[in-house]
Amino acid sequence: MKETVKIKSKKLNVFYGEKKALSNINLEIPERKVTSLIGPSGCGKSTFLRCLNRMNDSIEICKVEGQIFVDEQNIYEKNLDPVLLRARIGMVFQKPNPFPKSIFENVAYGPKIHGLANSGDELNNLVEVSLKKAGLYDEVKDRIDEPGTSLSGGQQQRLCIARAIAVSPEVILMDEPCSALDPIATAKIEELIDELSKNYTIVIVTHSMQQAARVSNQTAFFHMGSLIEVGKTEDVFSMPKEKKTQDYITGKIG
Amino acid sequence: MGFWSFLIIFCFLSFYIHWYGTTKALKINEDITKGSKLPSLPSYYGTYSLLWLLLPSSIILICWFFFKPYIIDIFLKESIPLNLVDNFKGNPSMLIDTIKATNPEKIFPGTNPLIIDSAAYYQTLTTNSDSYVFLLVLVVGLISSLVSLRKVSTFFRARQAVEKANINLLIFCSVIAIITTIGIVFSLIFEAVRFFERVPFFDFLFGLAWSPQTAIREDQIASQGSFGAIPIFTGTLLITLVAMAVAIPVGLLSAIYLAEYARPTVRKTFKPILEILAGVPTVVYGFFAAITVGPFLKDFVSSLGLSMASESALAAGGVMGIMIIPFISSLSDDVITSVPTSLRDGSYAMGATKSETIKKVILPAALPGIVGAILLAISRAIGETMIVVMAAGIAANLTANPLEAVTTVTVQIVTLLVGDQEFDSAKTLAAFALGITLFFVTLLLNLYALKIVQKYRERYE
Repeated sequence: MKETVKIKSKKLNVFYGEKKALSNINLEIPERKVTSLIGPSGCGKSTFLRCLNRMNDSIEICKVEGQIFVDEQNIYEKNLDPVLLRARIGMVFQKPNPFPKSIFENVAYGPKIHGLANSGDELNNLVEVSLKKAGLYDEVKDRIDEPGTSLSGGQQQRLCIARAIAVSPEVILMDEPCSALDPIATAKIEELIDELSKNYTIVIVTHSMQQAARVSNQTAFFHMGSLIEVGKTEDVFSMPKEKKTQDYITGKIG
Repeated sequence: MGFWSFLIIFCFLSFYIHWYGTTKALKINEDITKGSKLPSLPSYYGTYSLLWLLLPSSIILICWFFFKPYIIDIFLKESIPLNLVDNFKGNPSMLIDTIKATNPEKIFPGTNPLIIDSAAYYQTLTTNSDSYVFLLVLVVGLISSLVSLRKVSTFFRARQAVEKANINLLIFCSVIAIITTIGIVFSLIFEAVRFFERVPFFDFLFGLAWSPQTAIREDQIASQGSFGAIPIFTGTLLITLVAMAVAIPVGLLSAIYLAEYARPTVRKTFKPILEILAGVPTVVYGFFAAITVGPFLKDFVSSLGLSMASESALAAGGVMGIMIIPFISSLSDDVITSVPTSLRDGSYAMGATKSETIKKVILPAALPGIVGAILLAISRAIGETMIVVMAAGIAANLTANPLEAVTTVTVQIVTLLVGDQEFDSAKTLAAFALGITLFFVTLLLNLYALKIVQKYRERYE
């Protein structure tokens, strides 16, 4: 099957002040597949992820050069509104960050600000569907008005995923979504990622190579701000082309 | 022995004792050829004996400070010749006061020579007794520290003892603050109880008229005062409301600007400038309100066709609001900045704009802290005195119109206590009743504010 490319970066350079965080990244991310970004700490993988929905805009000293195309549209074009972009590209963070509101309000937040539901019933329905997609509905359906912060860590993270899904994004970015979770909660999130990849393009940053191997179709290895190698996950892990990749996955660097 | 020579000797003695204790411990350490040395460092032994110098000395000095007048009075009373007591017209305690007030070197012509003699005796008594006490302090301190030095041995752990003394010092200092508060409350309560013996409690708390007059003569006409606190508490409430109507929006919005929109350089210059407002003495705000804002508002309001008193709740409350702005803005700014970045990121990542994020995520998350800041500001406004004394007037009108003159609890306390007072009239004692009521109101507000702030802290930390 021919893969369609959802996101494509061209000659992407990112600077934090004087420091160059990413240099000349050319990466294609296929649609409705899971792409994992691996590499040692500080290699720029999270920076790359945050470029994809322009979250780096809020960091004043951050400067981005080059182009990123989402569906053939350059998102660093001058007149592109990052607010609309972020509605299309959802994000889940390292630490679960539910808003200090009820579970319902957390999920309803996005639809409300984007005016996606015309009536209360529609909103209820949307929240329910999103929670179901995130595999959380059965656990919280009786306490949907309790604060989101009262949930366990893994449930909070799935709540954040439900919140992201609620605005029907095309892409979901995940920045080490399991690093604050225990193995059981991690397994649940990984199952969920697998399930979600049928409908969404997912880009996940992870420190765990096992996780990358388990959940992703494509793996990109970053080192010192450069993209070293990208390819099918099985290929990258079983027969890496680059020596650095081999060193990293066998634990010699990192 | 004068005070300064005492101080010099005492300092010298302290150094010496510390040095001696340390040296003694060092020597013992040297003498121990085998087995373990002293259990603590040598300087701890010096500090320990120094503490035994300081402790008894300070106890004696503090006791002397408190009991000196009584002891000297006893001596003075015994020394007064009997015929002087018999010839003096008036109370014996007045005689003592007369003697104390007489300066034997500069005498009014015609003063009784016996009084002059007693006054001279009183002066020598005062200086001599000080000398004796200083000498006593030195002797007792020296003895107790020397006794403590005998304890220096391998069985004595000086470090633990010194650290225990340190802890006790810390406890003592924190108890002082608490004791002072309790003292204030009790001094208020005692006088307030005397007030409530004259005026019924509920007449005070729920009375609608405030005119603190008491009869000088029993048969005086129209002399009965009324002590209903409602008008002055509503006055306080009215001024506080005006102040909050100014301070809350301005303070909160400037806090939002500073915390969320201002560039770091702007924030760095703006915040200190706002905080300068908090450093302006309230009396300066007071005449600003009375001289500048009051007349300006009066002209403005009369140009609208309304009438306004020259001393008004609006002017006083408005200026008080300006004074409180830095309170609210600075505290709210801290609270808003401490909302975790992850929440902001979460909201931006959903495609929310900055203002949506502030309205729907940051402010709700910071709300408990902001409410705490506002409650603290309110108790500040209720207790504020100087501005209202100068700009709000003293007429106790029961009104909700901010254009009229009103008075506040603090203003009434000031006016009741300024000037010559007799402490057996309800008029003077009313000040204490007002004081204790105000104290409880602000205490409750502060407790509530602290509780809210605490709740907020638990959520993120």
